[in-house]
Amino acid sequence: MAENYLDIKNLNVEINGKEILKDVSIRVKSGEIHALMGPNGTGKSTLAHSVMGNPKYKIKGGEIILNGKKMNDLQIHERAREGIFLAFQEPVSVQGLRFINYLRTAYTSLHPQEKLEYKKFLDEVKELLNFFGLDNSFIDRGLNDGLSGGEKKRMEALQMLILKPKFIILDEIDSGLDVDALRIVSKAIQKAKENGAGIIIITHYQRILDYIKPDFVHVLIDGKIAESGNGELAKIIEERGYEYYKGEINAKIE
Amino acid sequence: MQKLNDIEDINKEKYDFVTKIKPAYQTGKGIDRELIEEISRVKKEPEWMKNIRLKALEVFLSKPIPKWGPDISEINFDEITYYIKPEDRKANDWNEVPDEIKNTFEKLGVPEMERKYLAGSVAQLESEGVYSKIKKQWADKGVVFMDMDSALQQYPEIIKEHFGKIVPPSDNKFAALNTAVWSGGSFLYIPKGVKMELPVQAYFRMNGEMEGQFERTLIIAEEGASVHYIEGCTAPTYSKYSLHAAVVEVYAKKDSKVRYTSVQNWSDNIINLPTKRAWVEENAKMEWVQGSLGSKITMTYPSSILRGEWASTSNLNVALATGNVWKDNGAKVVHAAPNTSSKVVAKSISGQGGMSVYRGLLRINKGAYNSKASVQCDALILDDHSKSNTYPHNEILDESASFSHEASVGKISEEQVNYLMSRGIREEDARSLIVLGFLDDVLKEIPLEYSLEFNKLIKLEMSKMGAVG
Repeated sequence: MAENYLDIKNLNVEINGKEILKDVSIRVKSGEIHALMGPNGTGKSTLAHSVMGNPKYKIKGGEIILNGKKMNDLQIHERAREGIFLAFQEPVSVQGLRFINYLRTAYTSLHPQEKLEYKKFLDEVKELLNFFGLDNSFIDRGLNDGLSGGEKKRMEALQMLILKPKFIILDEIDSGLDVDALRIVSKAIQKAKENGAGIIIITHYQRILDYIKPDFVHVLIDGKIAESGNGELAKIIEERGYEYYKGEINAKIE
Repeated sequence: MQKLNDIEDINKEKYDFVTKIKPAYQTGKGIDRELIEEISRVKKEPEWMKNIRLKALEVFLSKPIPKWGPDISEINFDEITYYIKPEDRKANDWNEVPDEIKNTFEKLGVPEMERKYLAGSVAQLESEGVYSKIKKQWADKGVVFMDMDSALQQYPEIIKEHFGKIVPPSDNKFAALNTAVWSGGSFLYIPKGVKMELPVQAYFRMNGEMEGQFERTLIIAEEGASVHYIEGCTAPTYSKYSLHAAVVEVYAKKDSKVRYTSVQNWSDNIINLPTKRAWVEENAKMEWVQGSLGSKITMTYPSSILRGEWASTSNLNVALATGNVWKDNGAKVVHAAPNTSSKVVAKSISGQGGMSVYRGLLRINKGAYNSKASVQCDALILDDHSKSNTYPHNEILDESASFSHEASVGKISEEQVNYLMSRGIREEDARSLIVLGFLDDVLKEIPLEYSLEFNKLIKLEMSKMGAVG
């Protein structure tokens, strides 16, 4: 697979006139795993939704570039078709929209050049459901309808694998998962990496990083990248706590 | 764009064509005693039927236009042509149907559906059935399926015994009108114990403007019989209105099972005011499935009178009201015996200024002990110009009855749309998927050919909305 890159450059984003992200830059290449860490309310999800293209998040400055192509003015579905995938922190449900029908529509939208063989596709979905410890009844259930928090997260991870995106943002995929589920989802992320995807794991806790080694770690504090480093940084953060950075930033301002 | 065009082809142009025929016979405009006598004479009917018609005319003339629903005051009864006979002959073989008429039904896919999955078929153009067929294996078992006029000639005693008993002319102004000027419709008789695995279908096609179609349908399922009756309706679009006022009477006798599926995709100049009712006897089951896609105005409330112990009924209803359209849909159920049960599920979608109404009557009589009833009506409103209202009327007169009523009104959430778009799905397709999901529990009960039609029409409506907003 040719090497791809996703370049988030000096991104400034506001919601309802309130500035949330300030000059955030992250560059992700194929096969890399980046962890974006930080306390609650610091702009991690904002970054995820801005990259995906949710119109509620207004880009006031900076660029999102995928393989040289600017994403800023593309609609959500166009960005998805360029290869960006977001696993939602809180996936919505759509009653009556059968999962398999939805997934097939998504797949053919994302890969129009491929001729989808339904039987093969269905087998692949069943195999993945089994991998995630979910039974076949999920195939015909309404999209996320009546699913527990943990089931929804596993279904997001399943979609991440089957839809074959180039870049993946996982928005707190670890929240609501027990240890076993966390282990399975981490395996899935490792698979996606081996398939050549570039990945950003957004997380509040260090916990998931016990199962999956990031190549880079970024700390987001009050909408700014406070520090970037290699995988070891996660451990250091755990020891220091986020308070350390709050102090740092306040000191700089003073 | 290609995708949009495909949808247009299937949904608009498929039905929007006019059959060029010179009718074999047609009456003048307006309604009076002479018209009734003329229709009866042309049809060579027995005297008793003419008398029923004449009495119904008096009832019709004495009743005012109902004012409690949509505004139907534009109907001018003096301007309408009440009877148009397209062709003298009635055929039992498509090869005997005149080319122009045969082509009409070919375009609508009727002979193909018959070949593929129907046990029998009736096709009506304007006021008369032009074709009817019941496959041999069912005819051999005594099943009768034919247009109502032929049935009156061949089975006058059965018709006389059952006609106008369930829906008397006094029921409402349009039932009276139908009884006075009725023509065409279908007669379905299933003998005792005969279970029909394949459905039968009647297809009603209107061709002109300022005309009326007043078909009359009578279904008799004898003890232990079962049948699925499907009705399809279309017409080309005109600037002026046409009136469709049918009457349907269903006898579901002891232990029988009748499913009546109706999918109307009338053009948007049709005022559609049918009266449909079933008598459901001991341990019998009556299922109404209604897909209301087209028409300018529709008022329809299929009814089940649960007359025998353990009788049950369900009424699944989907209505689409987009544009300058008023859909007044609902259900009527009367529990008149103990241990009876009923279930009503009504789903509506309004968009682009459309109005959808659920209007229902549910009554559990005193003495209908241990009866169960549930009513669920859900409305989805697509934009700020559109409306939905719910008028449920419940009379629970027996204390041992159990009854539940749920209603919801919602909009498509942007979070849902964004989520689907994040998986590469275009906005209008995302909205279609959400709407179809909302309808799913009723759509899955509709025969495949028609539910695909629903799919396409919803997609078309969503793409129109995308183009506007």
